[in-house]
Amino acid sequence: MSNHYYNAEDLNKFGDVGKYQKELADKFFGWYGEVFKDSALSAKEKSLIALAVAHAVQCPYCIDAYSSDAFEKGWSESQLMEAVHVAAAIKGGAALVHGVQMMNKVKEIAM
Amino acid sequence: MKSLKAQHSPLADAHEQIEILEHGANHDDAFRLIPFQQKLEGIGLYPLKPTRLEIFQINVGKMCNQVCKHCHVDAGPDRKEIMTRETMQQCLEVLKTNPSFKTVDLTGGAPEMNPEFRWFIEEIKKVNPSINIIVRCNLTIILSNKKYYDLPDFFKQHNIEVVSSLPFYTKDRTDRQRGDGVFENSIKALQMLNAVGYGVAGSGLTLNLVYNPAGAFLPPSQTSLEKDFKDSLKRDFGIVFNNLFAITNLPISRYLDYLLQSGNYEKYMEKLITAFNPAAAANVMCRNTISVGWDGFIYDCDFNQMLELKVDCSSKHIAQFNLQQLANRSIVVNQHCYGCTAGAGSSCGGAVTV
Repeated sequence: MSNHYYNAEDLNKFGDVGKYQKELADKFFGWYGEVFKDSALSAKEKSLIALAVAHAVQCPYCIDAYSSDAFEKGWSESQLMEAVHVAAAIKGGAALVHGVQMMNKVKEIAM
Repeated sequence: MKSLKAQHSPLADAHEQIEILEHGANHDDAFRLIPFQQKLEGIGLYPLKPTRLEIFQINVGKMCNQVCKHCHVDAGPDRKEIMTRETMQQCLEVLKTNPSFKTVDLTGGAPEMNPEFRWFIEEIKKVNPSINIIVRCNLTIILSNKKYYDLPDFFKQHNIEVVSSLPFYTKDRTDRQRGDGVFENSIKALQMLNAVGYGVAGSGLTLNLVYNPAGAFLPPSQTSLEKDFKDSLKRDFGIVFNNLFAITNLPISRYLDYLLQSGNYEKYMEKLITAFNPAAAANVMCRNTISVGWDGFIYDCDFNQMLELKVDCSSKHIAQFNLQQLANRSIVVNQHCYGCTAGAGSSCGGAVTV
């Protein structure tokens, strides 16, 4: 076993998940490919969304993949960073909005 | 920014580049890749043979007003190697006796800097008035000196197809690759070309643009990129053009230098190989093109020319041009060829697959 949890080279082995369960892997990769095609949203727009989501779920493989992909598709450095801020703002907001729940609970029990 | 030659870089030597491509940056085989030849064998394309020779590409010299970071020619103002009128006359003779060539593709450096450039175009038209002449114009040459201001009119007068590099529709990426101020001057030059009708629907004057990635990555979809270029250039500058050619940077000369300096060489080569596309391999440009160097030697393509890999037949110089021999030769391949077979493929006319 390797002594660390994430290894950049593992990204290139993603397809290997099919070795243990081919049918489901084929379905996943087929669906994944369809998702990222030009359609109602362009592949370029989807790449930027993927980059933001990659940051929200904090997946290092996805961040590597979609930083490259989004830059290659023509988004500028400042646009990439703004997308990351959108993810961060939603993550931060998601935490903070629970403050209302905290307030509700405190009001419930406080004199 | 100076040419590799002016810097006395080891990479100015074609043999050094081939050593790196075959044996890795340290020549020690620590980083080895599947030979391109083996990839072609696997799909029944080796030896790679020409299909039909239709494009006669002539590199009229390495002199250029720009020094771009990715340049595979190592062109620049310091490069004095340019084609003489005598060699051009030999090219004209070949065109006269071989009417199967439908296109003459003039490249450089900045081809317009060759003092015989205009004479050569006029003579080509005399030899074959209906032949399609492409000039690979870097745009900024038009504004670089008063004597070039009338180039758009000259191109129009001879119905030249203009193919121009514009790495991106924004200033930052363009200037990063081609130098400060290049984007602004390129936009002005494109407006001058549009003003005489180039790229304008119904004018019959073709203006195509070339995209190269400004970094260690492959071009995105040519179709999507063309739409982005058209939308942005029209909206921001009122510029129109015909087609966008998305070209992959090949790992030679100054681009190889960039890959090595930035630590991207191995990853880039692996990326090219992972993206190997058999359909693109079947459509590579060297199968229908002959490339003539400034000194009259003949090559399979402009990249082989820069690596000094002459054609593998006895018709090695324009003075001994023999169409039959060239049509039957085996095309010389090496590891840089992965650049033309990655993804949608790449040629001087952009992607080679849909």
